[in-house]
Amino acid sequence: MNRSTGLSRRLFLVRGAQAGAGLTLGLSLPMKILAADGVTGATGKNSDTRLDANAFVAITPDNRVIITIKHLEMGQGTYTGLATIVADEMDAAWEQVEAVSAPADKDKYKNLALGVQITGGSNAIRNSWTQMREAGAAARHMLLAAAAEQWQVPVGELSARSGEVIHAASGRRASYGELGTAAATQSVPDEVALKEPGDFTLIGKQQLPRKDTGKVDGSARFTQDVQWRGMLTAVVAHPPTFGGKVERFDAGEARKMPGVKAVLEIPTGVAVLAETFWQAQKAKNALAVEWDNSAGSGLSSGKLYAEYRELTGKPGLEAQSEGDAEAALAEGDSLEAFYEFPYIAHAAMEPMNCVVKKTDGGVQMWYGCQSQTWDQQAVAEVFGIRPEQVEIQTLYAGGSFGRRATLDGNYAREAAEIAKAYGKAVPIKLVWSREDDMTGGYYRPLYVHRVRATLDDQGGIDAWHQRIAGQSIFRAGPDKVDRTTVEGATGMPYTAANLQVEVHNTQELVTPHFWRSVAHTHTAYVAETFIDELAHKAGRDPVEFRLDLLGDHPRHAGVLKLAADKGGWGKSLPDGHFQGIAVHKSFETYVAELAEIARGEDGKFRVVRVTCAVDCGVAVNPDVIRQQMQGGIGFGLSAALFSEVTIENGRPQQDNFDSFQVLRMRHMPAVDVHIVPSAEAPTGVGEPGTPVVAPAVANALFAATGKRFRRLPFGKEVFSI
Amino acid sequence: MSVTLTVNGRRQTLDVADDTPLLWALRDHLQLTGTKYGCGIAQCGACTVHLNGNPVRSCSLPVSAADGQQVTTIEGAEGPEIRALQEAWHELAVYQCGYCQSGQLMTAANLLANNANPSDADIDQSMSGNICRCATYNRIRDGIKHAAGELSGSAGKADREGAQ
Ligand code: FES
Ligand code: FES
Repeated sequence: MNRSTGLSRRLFLVRGAQAGAGLTLGLSLPMKILAADGVTGATGKNSDTRLDANAFVAITPDNRVIITIKHLEMGQGTYTGLATIVADEMDAAWEQVEAVSAPADKDKYKNLALGVQITGGSNAIRNSWTQMREAGAAARHMLLAAAAEQWQVPVGELSARSGEVIHAASGRRASYGELGTAAATQSVPDEVALKEPGDFTLIGKQQLPRKDTGKVDGSARFTQDVQWRGMLTAVVAHPPTFGGKVERFDAGEARKMPGVKAVLEIPTGVAVLAETFWQAQKAKNALAVEWDNSAGSGLSSGKLYAEYRELTGKPGLEAQSEGDAEAALAEGDSLEAFYEFPYIAHAAMEPMNCVVKKTDGGVQMWYGCQSQTWDQQAVAEVFGIRPEQVEIQTLYAGGSFGRRATLDGNYAREAAEIAKAYGKAVPIKLVWSREDDMTGGYYRPLYVHRVRATLDDQGGIDAWHQRIAGQSIFRAGPDKVDRTTVEGATGMPYTAANLQVEVHNTQELVTPHFWRSVAHTHTAYVAETFIDELAHKAGRDPVEFRLDLLGDHPRHAGVLKLAADKGGWGKSLPDGHFQGIAVHKSFETYVAELAEIARGEDGKFRVVRVTCAVDCGVAVNPDVIRQQMQGGIGFGLSAALFSEVTIENGRPQQDNFDSFQVLRMRHMPAVDVHIVPSAEAPTGVGEPGTPVVAPAVANALFAATGKRFRRLPFGKEVFSI
Repeated sequence: MSVTLTVNGRRQTLDVADDTPLLWALRDHLQLTGTKYGCGIAQCGACTVHLNGNPVRSCSLPVSAADGQQVTTIEGAEGPEIRALQEAWHELAVYQCGYCQSGQLMTAANLLANNANPSDADIDQSMSGNICRCATYNRIRDGIKHAAGELSGSAGKADREGAQ
């Protein structure tokens, strides 16, 4: 690999970042860390002559268009999605496009919806849509200008297609690679014209090959695969309980073991550094650690359910209030239900891990980083340096589902603590075992909902009153409503004359966290199973009942009708088959799912088919949307049927895939995805498929059994495992 | 101790503790990182490699048990089944994060080698030991069938051509 610094490259583009323009210009150096000596763990080619058109686009003389992706690729297809938008606007050929990860640099690569560099909220496409289009259009503009100058023709006579600039009148053409150097001397346009949707050549195409490559031959590099000369592997003995602390430990045995370099106490436990993972792991097992587990001794899931249920009997913080729900409830014949949701781990396929190296100027890190800004802050805090001194090269993540974006840096901070305690400037790879990952907290919190409702004379909803008790993910105190606890309950689309949503924020030792679709994981379940109950109470068809109450919400109604239609709602079904349906909006995307379940010979159910309708605005990559709906449904189904972490005396009871059950091939239903054609701005697809499946299946289960299932997971007894 | 095994056709002698799982011997000593760690207890299949042609969970097999044996990892996998599967994986855009896919492919290659035309039930049975948290199961299933179709198609074609 050639050594490359920014200085050896031709620089161009002088316009400063223009406020509000969305196009940040300047030389980007995504390859800087990659070129550091000794790294074999990162991907990407390097070139001394590469030209960077702006922070997102670079063109090499060998005709590659390299697009810098500011979001973490964790399977959701963001390399493909963002590259599609840029490539379309600049008329690049898809085959010449490569995607690389952006370095940590908040100014250039922040999430425009959130103000920090982070991947989350299913908004990669949504926040970058205009920014990526402008980046591509600016590059195209400069390429055309360069050709016009070279050929001495008016720019208006030129066109661009598939990575070439063409002068039709003279038949001249040049590739982007040929024009890159000359384009570098062109000034950056102040304004660019964006394409009309009808002119898109890549956006909306059925299936573009993905740009996250190396994933079928073992060559893709994940954090776990980073190998450096002289690198040590670190593992950590973590306290077995929440709130646990090291009382004392004896590392005499461990230190003598082969390959072991150090045993260090760090704030989160006892770290062992060795030459290889297995050496470190064996030494960890040989540690004699005495833990003080007193802090968490009173913490148990059963106790929390009871406490939270009691809390929902008392008024909470008001999250939404229209009319007087209590008064209306007092008059009518009300339905009441309690719902219980467990702690649940993300269990991404790649357990948490991080590579860190102290350097003279700060710290370098390589890993599947989901929030560069938060992690830079955390790591800077550990070392007492500035966040900009923390360089992060983001690698592919083997799944995340929200797990890797932590407010406090979590495992990245732990890696930094280890590097700091060890003190030497060698690369260290922190590797969590599956057990560390699963028992380490950062769970979707445990929640209890109490909901009551009455119908009016016309069969509409007169009152809906909902109270939620559980931990705020942003650790909001007792007097602040945190939307990550209530969203999906607030903003209910169904017309209700009186509506009240309240919340009790609790505080526990368990770290609460974002889990694919966040509050919607529980609020959608309550809303969509309870509305189903109301439909039955009103003696109405659940689809028609919903449609009548969705008057002001045409996009909800649109996906609901589409799913009902495509899935054959109400058609005659084979013996032992039953249907359920649900619709929910999250992250500005509308999803309806019709679940069909079947009772097997053993009396147990299987989900045989899910028909999904999604409205996410412009469908940038239809096949990625389908992938995300399929995967989101599978992920949601895991949680609906099997997965939970129960805590007893402060200790998680599940620590690996034998006790924490997840969806496997034999459980996966067929999934049909139907995308609503739309010209609206595109919205996210990573999360919105997930929360809708549990209520759809639960409603089917009601159709089959006449029973309402109000505690998740509900599949262990009634579904075939 | 030292262990000698043939990995992807090359004889390798490793100086490792004999209880080192084959997975970590491959990853840390031979830099063959395509084989993944997912659970360490034979539950997820991310670590699947072929031992003398049969799929095994390398996380739960001590390297000493592979002494003198043939190990094939995703990096060295060869043959019509794995090729057809890899092509199908691209064509049908099977993967998402990709972390589980080496294991999925190694398991699926063995399925196809033993069963040229697997039914849904066969796929459920063979593939349920491989977890995919991205839940790419629909496309894994389709990918296996697609590859099976390609293989029987090309085999059929070769037969026909051979007969002429
Ligand atoms: S890592 Fe071996 S089966 Fe999971
Ligand atoms: S593709 Fe992500 S775990 Fe299978």
